[in-house]
Amino acid sequence: MIDFLNGLVALSNFVLIPAIAYGSQLALGALGVTLIYGILRFSNFAHGDTMAFGAMVTVLVTWWLQGMGVSLGPLPTALLALPVAIVATMALVLFTDRMVYKFYREQKAKPVILVIVSMGVMFIMNGLVRFIIGVNDQRFSDGERFIVSVREFKQMTGLREGLAIKTTQGITVIVAVVCVALLFWFLNRTRTGKSMRAYSDNEDLALLSGINPERVVMYTWMIVAALATIAGTLYGLDKSFKPFVYFMLLLPIFASAIVGGLGNPLGAIAGGYIIAFSEVTITYAWKKVLKYWLPESLEPDSLVQLLSTDYKFAVSFVILIVVLLFKPTGIFKGKSV
Amino acid sequence: MTYSLRTSLLFLLMASLILGEGLLVSWNSALGILNFGLISAILALGVNLQWGFAGLFNVGVMGFVALGGLAVVLTSTQPIGEAWSAGGGRMILALVTGAATIVVAVIANNRLRGRARAAAIVAILIVGFVLYRFIFDPAAQAIEAVNPAATGYLGGLGLPVLMAWPIGGLLAAGAAWLVGKTALGLRSDYLAIATLGIAEIIIAVMKNEDWLARGVKNVSGLPRPMPYEIDLQKSESFVASAQSLGIDPVTASTLYVKLGYSLLFSAVLILILVAAQLALHSPWGRMMRAIRDNEVAAEAMGKHVTKRHLQIFVLGSAVCGIAGAMMTTLDGQLTPGSYQPLRYTFLIWVMVIVGGSGNNLGAVLGGFLIYFLYTKVEVWGPDLMQLVTSGMADDSSLKEHLIASAAHMRLLTMGVILLMVLRFSPRGLIPEK
Repeated sequence: MIDFLNGLVALSNFVLIPAIAYGSQLALGALGVTLIYGILRFSNFAHGDTMAFGAMVTVLVTWWLQGMGVSLGPLPTALLALPVAIVATMALVLFTDRMVYKFYREQKAKPVILVIVSMGVMFIMNGLVRFIIGVNDQRFSDGERFIVSVREFKQMTGLREGLAIKTTQGITVIVAVVCVALLFWFLNRTRTGKSMRAYSDNEDLALLSGINPERVVMYTWMIVAALATIAGTLYGLDKSFKPFVYFMLLLPIFASAIVGGLGNPLGAIAGGYIIAFSEVTITYAWKKVLKYWLPESLEPDSLVQLLSTDYKFAVSFVILIVVLLFKPTGIFKGKSV
Repeated sequence: MTYSLRTSLLFLLMASLILGEGLLVSWNSALGILNFGLISAILALGVNLQWGFAGLFNVGVMGFVALGGLAVVLTSTQPIGEAWSAGGGRMILALVTGAATIVVAVIANNRLRGRARAAAIVAILIVGFVLYRFIFDPAAQAIEAVNPAATGYLGGLGLPVLMAWPIGGLLAAGAAWLVGKTALGLRSDYLAIATLGIAEIIIAVMKNEDWLARGVKNVSGLPRPMPYEIDLQKSESFVASAQSLGIDPVTASTLYVKLGYSLLFSAVLILILVAAQLALHSPWGRMMRAIRDNEVAAEAMGKHVTKRHLQIFVLGSAVCGIAGAMMTTLDGQLTPGSYQPLRYTFLIWVMVIVGGSGNNLGAVLGGFLIYFLYTKVEVWGPDLMQLVTSGMADDSSLKEHLIASAAHMRLLTMGVILLMVLRFSPRGLIPEK
């Protein structure tokens, strides 16, 4: 029995908790991609760099606040900086939309042209972030490091395995839940949210019933900017802020959105967790858990790691391909234009 | 202005830019730009085949370039006998097992139906994977244990390095066939994301599989088709002829080597360009464009759209593979860590769009022009920033920061160029006729 508990604790510590935090970050990112796809009808390659931009503003404001001596006690100061960063990112994406995307929307350009345009935006945003903050790792988390630390947990329970919950992991999950709840309330209950869903379902009908498309697009960009900034900041807090990493997140984020069904917010969330859990479980060395759960005679002598962590992209990729081949609209029926 | 006049003027302008670099900066740097420009032009031709001819949205160019680079190592380095005897046979067995598993799973997928199919596929994959890892792990360990500081990999075939270029093309073509078989026929942006993933996976494999090409430990000192500068400087006849031309022998030797590469690369570019032009104007090229412009209509005319897409996807990727092999040959080393999607995928896309998608000459021009700007902006950026900030106090930290990060301006510039061209001249500098 005690062995079983030890195994369970090890499993939570190394697989469940990191995967839940990572999944929440992916889900927030995928929600942004899916909203753009649903309303503006293209895959936004600049999303990763939008996240990087938002996180960068958070980092800068956090540094300024820390310099002023402001802190949130046990919580990271970055939470205070977040609203400023959201506003800055909203301004940036609305400006981009006005200067770049609007022209193609009016022309009714093909989606693939918009994807190429978003590649140009990606270059600019990436250059901007590198220009302002450079390419190096930046640390900006402060406050209490752990909610539960390994030592405390061991003392509390007397188990051999420890369990640690980082503050950033706790915050990630709470913030993600709040964001998702707000988003769904907005989409389902408010007039603007309903008009967004109507526009996404059937553009012509929505126009006929007097919905102003430019307003819908503007709200979409604002929500996407907020989600991207929050996702980027949470990822940066949990790991560390490095501009290039956000570009690499593009693949798991797209995979999450597609697996769930592009254009479907519920699917994006499910997709985020599916991708995160598969990545973590497949690249985790199971020896630690199995040594508690299996009888001694069966104890494995290798690490029982299915794939090395460097191949985590392969995991999202394989899931993506399998879903695309067998269920192209995703698990929750998305759009297939 | 007629089409041909415009084209010739643009190419003349490009030539004068490179000549200007030679006259104003140095011939060494001009030839460097020319060589990479030639490779970029070939890459752009490859992407243009896929996007310009057939409308296929491939953002995995980096992966095929890297495979070309891998081919150089696998072809031209000497085989490591000790590593082969340590685990070579087992490694081949492991790879065959892995491939066989996938083939059997695909057969099961085609033959069986319903629940039995799912169960059979899962069972085959699990058994195959366990078996594969059972043979693979010890083999890889054994190979990597052989003299890890210097080799630790299987080595290549020991063939002449020029053979690596077509082999690089073949390797990329093989990978493209596999990707195309699964991902083509998906919607355009799904294909984009699938290829983006494949490229990352290829790079991850090259970084981590040390037994294959030493991973991030890099393989350097690859054989090259041109003599080494040092050897030239030692050769009396070379020094004598350099002096008779009035050039310092050290400079002469680097120029000689670079010029040699330029000639080789030009030959490849001309070969591929001629082939691409012939293809574009052949019935096959017309069919491709017909499919691109209206898939449904082309299908109604009896064209097998997916098959044709697969064909041109493989061809385009092969061209990228050749260019990748050429680039690694020029560098003389394979460094998997240096492959970055912005540089090796998206920059190539900027070249094609700016040059003119669907037009081979446009793609070639775009390759030269964008590579030229990409290198020069890095130099001009700090200069420009010096000028802009010259009014600021010398010890201002803002000034320091601005000058230090000015080198990053090139990504920004590339983005602005791409957006400007898409907006004001969406068909590129030399539009499709």
